[in-house]
Amino acid sequence: MSEDIYRTSHLKLRPRRHWGRMVAAGIVLLLLAALVRAFATGKIEWSYVGEFLFAPAILEGLVNTILMTFSAMLIGIVLGVLFAIMRISENPVLSWIATGYVWIFRGAPALLQLLLWFNLALVFPKIGIPGLMEWRTVDVMTPFVAAMLALGIQQGAYTSEVVRGGLLSVDSGQYEAARAIGMGQLMMLRRIVLPQAMRVILPPIGNEVIGMVKITSLASVIQYSEILHNAQIVYYANTRVLELLLVASFWYLAVVSILSVLQMYVERHFARGTKRPKATG
Amino acid sequence: MSEILVKAIDVTKRYANFTALDRVNLEIRKGEVCCIIGPSGSGKSTFLRCINMLERIDGGAIWVGGELLGYRRQGDELHELRDAEIARQRRHTGMVFQRFNLFPHLTALENVTEGPIHVLKEDRKAAVAHARDLLARVGLADKMDHYPSELSGGQQQRVAIARAMGMRPDLILFDEPTSALDPELVSEVLDVMKDLAESGMTMVVVTHEMGFARGVADTVAFMESGRIEEIGPAEKVLSNPDSARCAAFVRAVHK
Ligand SMILES: Nc1ncnc2c1ncn2[C@@H]1O[C@H](COP(=O)(O)OP(=O)(O)OP(=O)(O)O)[C@@H](O)[C@H]1O
Ligand SMILES: [Mg+2]
Repeated sequence: MSEDIYRTSHLKLRPRRHWGRMVAAGIVLLLLAALVRAFATGKIEWSYVGEFLFAPAILEGLVNTILMTFSAMLIGIVLGVLFAIMRISENPVLSWIATGYVWIFRGAPALLQLLLWFNLALVFPKIGIPGLMEWRTVDVMTPFVAAMLALGIQQGAYTSEVVRGGLLSVDSGQYEAARAIGMGQLMMLRRIVLPQAMRVILPPIGNEVIGMVKITSLASVIQYSEILHNAQIVYYANTRVLELLLVASFWYLAVVSILSVLQMYVERHFARGTKRPKATG
Repeated sequence: MSEILVKAIDVTKRYANFTALDRVNLEIRKGEVCCIIGPSGSGKSTFLRCINMLERIDGGAIWVGGELLGYRRQGDELHELRDAEIARQRRHTGMVFQRFNLFPHLTALENVTEGPIHVLKEDRKAAVAHARDLLARVGLADKMDHYPSELSGGQQQRVAIARAMGMRPDLILFDEPTSALDPELVSEVLDVMKDLAESGMTMVVVTHEMGFARGVADTVAFMESGRIEEIGPAEKVLSNPDSARCAAFVRAVHK
C-alpha cells in the first residue's frame, strides 16, 4: 500500500451543510415575523403605550409591586430558614410543626390565602394580646398587610423546602468539624453550614423571587395598588386595554431582568472557595 | 509520672443491638502519645468520637482534664449538660479527621482563626498572628490565603492540624489522618505530627502507620470487637504482644 492515502493537505475541504437546522430556523423566523406583523398592524395604539409607560399611576403601581415583592420575600426567607432549621432539628415537636406548616401553606392556592387573610375580620373582629392591646382587625388588615402576610407565609413554605435541601447538601463532616472546635448549634449554622448551603439555595431562591414579582399581581383582587391593579384602573377609564397590559408587561420584564443580573452577582459572592463558579463550561 | 489527662472507665456504646464499644478502659497521661490500632470495624473511630462527645456513650464514663464529660455532679446526682456546656467542654480537645473536613468557604488562615475568634472570642489580631505561626510551623507559610480546594490532600490535612492547634487544646485526637492521602503525601503529615508530639502535645492517634506508632507513640492499644485487647508500651505491643490476635494483626499489617 502506498502512503498516499494518508496525505490530505492537497484535498479541498467542503464544510458539512446543516440542512435541518436551516429549515427549522427559517420556519421559526417566519412565524416570528407573522407575530410581529400582527402586533404592528393590529389595533394597538403604540403611542398610548409610550405615553402610559411613565404615567404616575403606573409608576406608583411599579413601586408598590417592588415593595410587595421585597416584603413578602423577606418574610418568606425568614420563615423558610426558621422552619427548615426546625424541620431538621432533633426536637420532634418542632420538626412536626415545620412539616405541618409546609403541608398547609403549600396546599392552598395563593389567591385563596390572600382572600383568607383579607377577610380575617369576619372570624376575628379584634386581634392583639387580650387585655393588653387590641385592634380592630379591619384596621390592621389593610390590603398591604394582608397581601404581605398571605404571600410571605405561603412563600415561606416553599422556601423552607429549598433551604432544607441546602442544609442537607452540606457534608456531615462539616457539622462534626464545627462541633469539634467547640461551636454551638446556632453559630455552627450561621458561620459554617448556611454559607455553604447558600450555593445550593440561591439559584432556586432567585427563581422564587422572580416568581414572587409576578404573584404580587394576585394582590390586585384585594385592592392592593400594584402595577396590574393600577393598569386595570386606567384601562377601565380609557378602554385602552391591550396598551396598558403591554405597559405592565414591560415593567414586569424590566424588574425581572434587573433581578436576574443581581442574582448573578450574589451567586458569585457565595461561590467563595469553589473551583467552578459555573456548573458547566 | 505526669498527671492523668484522659480517663475512660467501662465505656460502652451500642448501635441498636450492636455493641460497638464494650467496656473500654483507658488512661492517657499529659504529654503521652497513644496509638490505637486494630482491624476495621473494631471501634477505634467510635471510641475517639466518644472522647470528643460526637457520640453519646451508653455506659461508663470519660474524664478529660479531671472534668466528667457530658455531666455535672451535684452531690449524689449527675446532671446532663446542656448543648452549650458540652460545646465548652469540647474546646479542650482538638480533632483531626480522616477526610480533613476543612471549611471550604474559608481560606487556610480563616480555617485556623475561625474557632479562636468566634468560639474563644480571642482578639482578632492576636488570633491571626497565632494562626500564621501555626501555619508556618506546619510548613504552609506560603499557602495561608488559599482555599482548601486549592490545596493538596497533605496540605489540607496540615491545615486541619493547625486548625486543631489554634484552639490551644490539651489533647488532639487523630482518626486515621493519613488514610485518605496519596502515599507520597503521607510523610509530610506524619512529620508534622511527630513535631507536635515532640513539643509535648498529648495525642491519641488511630493509625495503620506502624512506623509512626513504633517511632513516636509511647503506648499502643490494640482494639478488637469493641474492646481493648492489649495495651502497653509501643515496643512491647508491636514486637512482642501477649495476645495472639494482636500478634497476627501486626504481622498482617507489616506485610
Ligand atoms: N452510626 C452507626 N450506626 C450503626 N453502626 C455503626 C455506626 N457507626 C459505627 N457503627 C459500627 O460500629 C463498629 C465500629 O465502627 P468504627 O467506625 O468505630 O470502626 P473502626 O475501628 O474505626 O474501623 P475502620 O478502621 O474501618 O475505620 C462497626 O462495626 C460499625 O459498623
Ligand atoms: Mg475508623
